[in-house]
Formats: sequence, C-alpha cells, structure tokens
Amino acid sequence: MDPVAAKYIGAGLACLGMAGAGIGLGNLFGQFLSGALRNPSAADGQRGTLLLGFALTEALGIFSLLIALLLLFAV
Amino acid sequence: MADPIHQFELKTIASLGKIGGSEIAFTNSSLYMLGAVGLITLFMLWGTSSRAMVPGRIQSMVELCYEFVADTVRSSAGKEGMMFFPFVFSLFMFILVLNLAGMLPYGFTVTSHIIITAAMALLVIGTVVVYGVMKHGMHFFDLFVPKGVHPAMLAILVPIEVISFLSRPISLSVRLFANMLAGHIALKIFAGFIVSLLAAGAWGILSPLPLALTVALTALEMLVAVLQAYVFATLTSIYLHDALHPGH
Repeated sequence: MDPVAAKYIGAGLACLGMAGAGIGLGNLFGQFLSGALRNPSAADGQRGTLLLGFALTEALGIFSLLIALLLLFAV
Repeated sequence: MADPIHQFELKTIASLGKIGGSEIAFTNSSLYMLGAVGLITLFMLWGTSSRAMVPGRIQSMVELCYEFVADTVRSSAGKEGMMFFPFVFSLFMFILVLNLAGMLPYGFTVTSHIIITAAMALLVIGTVVVYGVMKHGMHFFDLFVPKGVHPAMLAILVPIEVISFLSRPISLSVRLFANMLAGHIALKIFAGFIVSLLAAGAWGILSPLPLALTVALTALEMLVAVLQAYVFATLTSIYLHDALHPGH
C-alpha cells in the first residue's frame, strides 16, 4: 500500500476512538441530569465531580484525536 | 495553509553552551515559564499586601484562588493533606497561567510539550512515593494489596494495582499535554479552513461557518485550559491521599 494512503487511513481509524469518548460523555451528562432532576438540591455539590469526570472522559477522546493529528501532520 | 505544528516550535533565545552534545539554551519556553512565575508572584504579593478585613478586587481574586485549591485539597486529600497545599497550589497556578498564556494570539503553549508535563507528573509521583515510604515504611506497599480479598485473588489483583500505580504518571502527563496539543492544532486547522475558503472564490461565502466554529472552539479551549489545571490539582491531591493513607 502507498504509505501516504496508509497514513490517511490510519488517521481516520484513529478518530474512531472518539466515538467511545462521545458515548462516555453522553452517559456522564445524561446520568447527571437525570440524577439532578430527581434531587435538584444535591446537584450543586456534585458539579465538581461532574467536571472532573468530563475532563477525564474527554481526555481519552483527545488521545485518539492526537494520534490522528500526529499521523496527519507530524509523521 | 501554515503547518499547524509550527506553533509548538522551540526557539533559542540565548545559547548557554553544550553538555555532552545537546545544546543547553534559554528558549521561548523558558521565557514563558519565567514570565508565569513572575506574574503569579506579583499577583499573590499584590493581592496579599494590604491584608484588609474587607478584601479589595485583587485581594478577593487571590482569596478565591486560595479557597478553590484549598477546598480541592481538603476534600480529596483530607485535613492532613493540607501540609501539601503549597505544592498543589503552586502546580495549579503554574499550569493555569501557562495554559491561559497559550490562548493568547501568537502565544506559546508551554504545557503542550510532554517533557514539561512529564517532569511535573514525575515530581508528583516522586513526592507520593518518597513521602509514603518515609511516613509508613514498608506499610506504604499495602497500597497494592486490597483489604478483604480472598488470597487467591491477590495473585491477579496485586499486579493490576502495581500497573495502575505505574501508569499514573503517564496518564497524568499525557492528559495535560494531549489536551493542549490537540486543542491548539484543532484551532489552527479550523482557522486554516477560513483562509482556504476565502481563497476559493465563490466558496468564500461559506467562510463564516468555520469562523463561528473557531470562536466556539476558543471558548471550549478556555474551559479546557482551566479544567485541566483543576484536574491536575485534583488528581495530585488524590494521589497524595494514597501517600497519607496507603491502606485501602
């Protein structure tokens, strides 16, 4: 296979990893919202945990995006 | 379109000679780090100089930063963890200022270099190991042995705990570095789309779309810059909690 083509295919495949982060973030905010609507008074105390979970989950998507970008521009 | 990696290039400002073939130089990265330390020091000194009962603008900003980090340390590492507060606070402010400095146009993002984040993560893990062993001796290694587990299961669980501990500095450093690097490359790529569309004649009418996306991404990057500093501080406190209380 042409190495340049392989590079672009690899970058596209690496982006598939972001689907996992998407599922995770949807789950995270969906669960938070359903919990928060059931007990709104407890929601404020958990906002820090929500943001922490957001950053940890989002970082995994960023890892795969990073691989894709490195394949596109740095390899 | 300009190469989106170009913005992370290190430029030598003053060369300080060579050690074993590698150049030791004062670079734009060093300049930004010195600037960040200077800025934080000035900010804290200015904010605490009056020590008024009713804080002014700067003093309440300083108090806000202090209370924010102190709350994080207290809730994650416990009361005893407050002895590490100066360490966590310095890390938080340093990362925060460097991340935000990277958001300035033509700015340089120091935290987008893995060597910087890896050094900070190794400092954190080194502190955890050294302090844990100093305080608890061999009991520090209880950290790897979960309590109340059947002895046969330990053969599987202990290696997993060891691997998870060893991967902490990697995930801690790569998280910050990857977020900064990928975010800034994405910004640059979408900004490049505007230029390409404008250069493509009639397609230029579509150029407000990537412009809007660039503005939205900039806002997201601002959030990420603050959030990653917060995450680094929180995870540092959680790891320090392990050093203080190694038993599960």
